[in-house]
Amino acid sequence: MNSTDVPDNHCYHCLLVIPDHLDLTVIIDEKPRAMCCPGCAAVAQTIIDSGLDNYYRHRTINELPTSANARNSSALIPEELALYNSEKLQQSFVTLSAKGTKEATLVIEGITCAACIWLLEHHLQKQPGVASFSVNMTNHRAQISWDEAQIPLSQILSEIHDIGYLAHPYRPDIEEQLLAKEHKRAMRRLGIAGVGMMQVTTLAIALYFGAFSGIEDDIKNNLRWISLIVCTPIVFYAARPFFQAALRDFKTRHLSMDVPVSIAIGAAYIASTWATIFASGEVYFDSVAMFTFFLLFGRYLEMQARHRTGRAGNALQNLLPEAATKILTKDGQSSEQLVAASDLSVGDTVLVKPGQTIPADGIITQGYSSIDESALTGEYLPQRRNLDDNVIGGTINVENPLHIQITKIGAQTQLSAIVRLLERASEEKPAVAKIADSIANYFVAFVLLSALVVSISWYFIDPEQAFWVTLSVLVVTCPCALSLATPTALTTATGTLRQHGFLITRSHVLENLSVTTDIVFDKTGTLTQGNLSIEQTITEFEKSEVLTIAAALEANSEHPIAQAFKPYLQSSASNLEVTLGQGIQGEFQGKIYRIGKAAYASQILTQAAPCPPDDQSHWLLLCDNQQIMAWFSIDDTLRPDSKFCIDYLNKANINVHMLTGDSSSSAETLAEQLGITNVCKGASPADKISYITDLQKDNQRKVVMVGDGINDLPVLAGAQTSIAMGSASDLAKTHADAVLTKGELAVIVTSLTLAKKTKRIIKQNIGWAIGYNFTALPLAAFGLIPPWAAAIGMSLSSLIVVTNALRLSSKKAQASTQQTTQNA
Amino acid sequence: MEILPYLLGLTVFFFFGAIGFFLWNVNNGQYDDLESPAHKILFDDDDDMIPDDSKIKKPADKSDNP
Repeated sequence: MNSTDVPDNHCYHCLLVIPDHLDLTVIIDEKPRAMCCPGCAAVAQTIIDSGLDNYYRHRTINELPTSANARNSSALIPEELALYNSEKLQQSFVTLSAKGTKEATLVIEGITCAACIWLLEHHLQKQPGVASFSVNMTNHRAQISWDEAQIPLSQILSEIHDIGYLAHPYRPDIEEQLLAKEHKRAMRRLGIAGVGMMQVTTLAIALYFGAFSGIEDDIKNNLRWISLIVCTPIVFYAARPFFQAALRDFKTRHLSMDVPVSIAIGAAYIASTWATIFASGEVYFDSVAMFTFFLLFGRYLEMQARHRTGRAGNALQNLLPEAATKILTKDGQSSEQLVAASDLSVGDTVLVKPGQTIPADGIITQGYSSIDESALTGEYLPQRRNLDDNVIGGTINVENPLHIQITKIGAQTQLSAIVRLLERASEEKPAVAKIADSIANYFVAFVLLSALVVSISWYFIDPEQAFWVTLSVLVVTCPCALSLATPTALTTATGTLRQHGFLITRSHVLENLSVTTDIVFDKTGTLTQGNLSIEQTITEFEKSEVLTIAAALEANSEHPIAQAFKPYLQSSASNLEVTLGQGIQGEFQGKIYRIGKAAYASQILTQAAPCPPDDQSHWLLLCDNQQIMAWFSIDDTLRPDSKFCIDYLNKANINVHMLTGDSSSSAETLAEQLGITNVCKGASPADKISYITDLQKDNQRKVVMVGDGINDLPVLAGAQTSIAMGSASDLAKTHADAVLTKGELAVIVTSLTLAKKTKRIIKQNIGWAIGYNFTALPLAAFGLIPPWAAAIGMSLSSLIVVTNALRLSSKKAQASTQQTTQNA
Repeated sequence: MEILPYLLGLTVFFFFGAIGFFLWNVNNGQYDDLESPAHKILFDDDDDMIPDDSKIKKPADKSDNP
């Protein structure tokens, strides 16, 4: 699909469906293009006016978005952006460069393809005062440096906002900084070992030829000295992690592969250096270099699998707003002032407008409204809050402006309590034993022991041969293939799954998925899409007619229920009166209508309040002043592939559980619909943890938790394996072991099958590696394999292991997965 | 074969040169984003660099310049 293929009824900019009555166009590529809202039109116009219309030619459209939440609605308004100009707020993320320009990293939301990067970079680089701007496509972070005198940061942020993206400052946490450093260090080590290995083996070939056909002594010594020089940084820099780990192992009296590896590298290097300096004996620099490189390569692959996090950072802060409107009372006069949310203290009064996030825990001192607490509690409908009621920081005010007096800030807030629960849960997470590690442990002991026996026996047979035979034994039995066996298979499988929308962030996930016995799902946002839609319409009138009327009444409401009617909107009603938590009255085409709870809507009727058709779901009544017009049942929409996923799991004899914070009866209806027998509803975050811990007490059970909300955080951290939805908060994603990036539950099925296949391949690899080592060991022990042949043999056996692992990315695996998703 | 020691010396020089260049690359963030450069080359945003007389005329321009 390319840019010219935007279907007629879809917005040319954001690809959402265009409401029926709307006629908005922007000229792009000499043709009028339809837009779905003034926002898109403004963004498109900015792009055209900046001469960046190539964006529409370059972009790739993979799928049409279906939900109206495609763009984050918590966009900062320009006056809030101005807050970012304050030195105090900038302290935490801005650095001053030597040239006097400021530098910062921003997280950009809304990037979908490479054309977005192109658009952002070109638009921002045109702004006067922006010294440089580059966006990283992998982690959606932008590096910017600018001259504060020419352009303030708020201006830059609003320029990004103007072309349809959201930018917020990025403050990396310590753990992530460490990971980035570790990654760079590993890359440097691998690079030095790689370049060095090529040099040393070239020189080694000359030496081997010399050994066969004769070589002048001073040339031989020259070649040896050069090899020594090249090999030194490899041993002292590249191979350093092996020595460090071996040293640690000695201290903790625990054997790992690093011990024989260090002995082999260290001994070979020292002996070769000795031989070079005194111009006698043999040198093994080539074996040292090759050995180090292959081991580092295996480690690097393993680390890649571990580090693929894909998180946006800023864990907790993203849940709370950056700014708050503080109300100052002086001499009886009250004024509003925009302050940084971190500057609030207990006792302050803040104004929270509809659609804004509450900055801290507090009490309502003025106004009443309904609050969307779904992220914290899992309740899918907003809860009504009156004067003197408590509200929780991080929840969203839906309907009316509120004055809130802050009662708790920082570590005392409920949100922080959840985060603490989460930290404790991740500490208590059950440890997963790794097969490869335990095998390697015994294997290493065996190798060391046999090397010792070999060297002692050869010392008595022929002391001159003893050293290189022992070296051959150490190199040939190097558990290199063994150490590559698991990481290569995991990396390939991880990569394949990533293409399907299953991002693995911890190494144990695949191993655990292959033995899963129980899968626990959260309801709101996981099995369902987390936004409301009209499930059923009961009416004696024309269906489209009543929907139009209902949509007209709900047109201006911010309430989630109103969003369900948005697709039917043609024009809005007049004289709207909203009764909080009850419903809306309005005039449409000359008649008065009411929509809302039965008791409220029927007040304008002459008859008594009618009963809803059933009490299974949430019913809305629409009526005029004479008769009942229609009943609408509103429910959370089920994800299209939930049924397929649950059916598969039931067939595969995996126990499916549903764990939800929602206490309404819709939980049971849904469970019945999907065929889930184990249901636990109305659970608090603490209840959820204890449910999972009870399950995990039984050692036979391997539990996987799938969730998305803040209220799922502790349970995600506490489960043996946890999967977060792609739409989940950053915090949930950070603490999950895997993320469903496309939000398709069917991918869980794919990952379960691939996990089983991965386990099979790991077993084959380990089997081969051990088999090879046991055959090679006696040959080397009898002095039949010189060290160079041992190094080649080791490399070949590693190559076989890698090739076997690559089968996990074969076309066949992908084809079968596509079929699974299609069936869904 | 007198040249051999010099050539070997040159090898060492190149070796450290290559390592230095590689370290500079890593520290400079050249390997941070391996995805977008592959796409960037496909974007035809070099309009201003093409001389006017060698531009391929768009169909819409035909009416103006028959």
